Amino acid sequence: MNNTKEKKFDLFAFLYKYGTILVIVATILFFSITLDNFLNFTNITNILRSISIVALIALAVTISLTIDGFDLSVGATAGFASVIAAKFMVIWDMGPVLAIIVPLIVGALIGAINAFLIIKMKIPDLLTTLSMMFLLTGVSITFQNGSAIYNYMPLPNNAGIAPGLMSEAYLFIGRGELLGLPVPVIIMLVVVILIHIFLNQTKYGRFLYMIGGNEEAAKLSGIPVSKYKLIAYMLSGLIASLGGLVLGARLGSGEVDAGGPYLMDAVAAAYIGFSIFGAGKPNAFGTLLGALLMGTLLNGLIMMDFPYYSQDIVKGVVLILALTLTYYKQRR
Amino acid sequence: MLKMKNITKSFPGVKALENVDFEVELGEVHAMIGANGAGKSTLMKILAGAYEDYEGEISIDNNKVEINNPIDAKRNGIVIVYQEVDTALIPYLTVAENIMMDYIIEGKEGTLISWNDIKGQAKKVISDIGLDINVNQTVNKLPLSEKQMVLIGRAVFQDAKYLILDEPTAPLSVEETNKLFDIVKKLKNEGMSIIFISHRLNEVFQIAEKITVLRDGKIVGTFDIDDMTIDKAVEKMLGKKLENNYPKVETKIGNTILEVENLSGTGGIHNVSLSVREGEIVGLAGLVGAGKTELCKLIFGEGNITEGEIRLKGKRIKPKIPAQAVRYGLALVPEERRKEGILVYESVETNITLPTLEKYCKGIFMQKNKIKQVSRELIKQVAIKTPSEKQLVAYLSGGNQQKVAVGKWFLSDAEVFILDEVTKGVDVGSKVEIYELIGGLVHQGTGALYASCEFGEILGLTDRIYVMYNGTIVKELVTKDTTEEELLYYAAGGGLGE
Repeated sequence: MNNTKEKKFDLFAFLYKYGTILVIVATILFFSITLDNFLNFTNITNILRSISIVALIALAVTISLTIDGFDLSVGATAGFASVIAAKFMVIWDMGPVLAIIVPLIVGALIGAINAFLIIKMKIPDLLTTLSMMFLLTGVSITFQNGSAIYNYMPLPNNAGIAPGLMSEAYLFIGRGELLGLPVPVIIMLVVVILIHIFLNQTKYGRFLYMIGGNEEAAKLSGIPVSKYKLIAYMLSGLIASLGGLVLGARLGSGEVDAGGPYLMDAVAAAYIGFSIFGAGKPNAFGTLLGALLMGTLLNGLIMMDFPYYSQDIVKGVVLILALTLTYYKQRR
Repeated sequence: MLKMKNITKSFPGVKALENVDFEVELGEVHAMIGANGAGKSTLMKILAGAYEDYEGEISIDNNKVEINNPIDAKRNGIVIVYQEVDTALIPYLTVAENIMMDYIIEGKEGTLISWNDIKGQAKKVISDIGLDINVNQTVNKLPLSEKQMVLIGRAVFQDAKYLILDEPTAPLSVEETNKLFDIVKKLKNEGMSIIFISHRLNEVFQIAEKITVLRDGKIVGTFDIDDMTIDKAVEKMLGKKLENNYPKVETKIGNTILEVENLSGTGGIHNVSLSVREGEIVGLAGLVGAGKTELCKLIFGEGNITEGEIRLKGKRIKPKIPAQAVRYGLALVPEERRKEGILVYESVETNITLPTLEKYCKGIFMQKNKIKQVSRELIKQVAIKTPSEKQLVAYLSGGNQQKVAVGKWFLSDAEVFILDEVTKGVDVGSKVEIYELIGGLVHQGTGALYASCEFGEILGLTDRIYVMYNGTIVKELVTKDTTEEELLYYAAGGGLGE
């Protein structure tokens, strides 16, 4: 019956599918024409490096979104991870192996606690993870004795300076290069690819989407819904921790407040990801492109001497546009 | 062959099914009919595993089977497609994945998914049942009829032996219905058994070979289609007539207040014309899914009007949102009482004065004493059983909640009341009180449009009746000259061939 309608070019349908990509291409074109050194290798790696942490934390949010959940504690989890790593190395003078493994385990545990509160205690996801965000920030600041942890820091009660050092191997995560590419960028790309494969090529990934799309139908089809929700939140915590380690290694210090600002950018990137190719659902490459769009815009604007304190205006506008593309269509 | 024996199912306060026996053979289309509340959906839900607790036995090919959840049912080859198709679909995934959902979940091929395999098999299912749907499309972009096909496709892929279709044609156009019936016939010829729950007798006679009639939770009988006629079926569905429990307030009928002309719009409503006069209760009779609620809401400014007009006392009105409709002088008591009609976690007085709050305000401030006073008066007037006007509505009984929902309009200056299934889920005693309330409302010189699928109350309460079928009015009747049989005949689409 609607056959005649199909053939007409539908501008909105086109924008729905390609709108965000067009914006990204237009942004890059605009900056590369107006700015001389925008498109050179150094600047491109700069952009990629700057988005790597946002992208990782955004991927954590993405995983929680696949089950129609929401993890607001990712920023705090990332910050906490950097603090744990720093404390292990600087204060307790232990090697990089524990300093990397323990934060990852803690991240997964935080996800498990979130999942427990959401599934068993029935607290709405947004409120659970909001509370967790406060809790973690507090725990972390207590754990770091109130201030950031860095090399040669003075210890409280005049106990001299911290005995340990940030390990070179650890710092390599945030600052090193492999084959001319910054290590954070490589980590980001690997995680994007892994999550993409997990979500699209394995049945477990499809379970997450099924739960997110229609929990009741998923349950009645025989998917153990609680189990996969738990897995999703644990993955979210784990990836957020990984983002925190990269952050800590790049800063060379550990402080929980460093993770906080990434939350909103990450949420924005994940939601912009919905609109890429009209996916209409959370997805790994979409999230990466979402982070890329934000990173490119900010990088270009900074190079054009756009005041840094006004950056959030740009982020807000971009997010609203992407959300419009995603949701306006759905409501019609 | 599938047999259900001695099935009994109770809900708090009601026996939905009592010692029901039901049999269906492979390779037949078996219709299940009955008035609203007869228990046909409950019976089929038991078969599909929607209930854990019920009495009775189910056997397939003389082997007893346990069915306590949907997965049990599926394992035994029983699949149900509910009218609300969206409850079973994952909206943002593709047609292929939705059809193959169980295949992916069972995951016999391992962890990694082969999309070629999934798409290939889904395409085969789609073409096997003679359809043309792009399997790469996400299901949220499909029209409702195709969503239904996706679910039938899923059942076909699972090798379902017994497919239950719950009111499948209610939301479909004639063309889509024919397409569905072609598929049903095809599946039947391949040996599947299709149980078809329907209110639409003309369709039942078009497709089914056997009919099972349920009434008040009991089996009336199973009949060959050749031995039945629409008239006989209606007789079996109704049984003996209900006693008259309807207090009718004698009211003088005056001039026309509300006129609706050729109205079409949201929810499949098309070419509806009706009128309501002062002091008149006009019935809007129709089975579930006939479009009564949609029509009520459309008149009340909820939804888009694509054609036609509404006139109140001769003046054309165009309510775009319900707030405007209220200002024009319309009032709606909606079907979903707890969801749409009252604020359950607010007090009785808040609910009572909500639509008319402006009257009890001075400037922007509410006059608490005045609100208390009018609330107390109204509680007395409509006999709401509540300890005080401060009581939360949530703690009142269903009947008293409904009295709040209806009674609050006494305080308004509304000219026309639109009442949508207001006695649903209300006990018999309270029903009578609500009928009296409505009689009292129109006695003040207002008019009422009373939508209901319970034809007994329509006949007892109204002066004139419009019968709805498939989104439009198919017949206008004068209450005192008609019968329940006649109403049901038209409501089931019986008069369409004339």
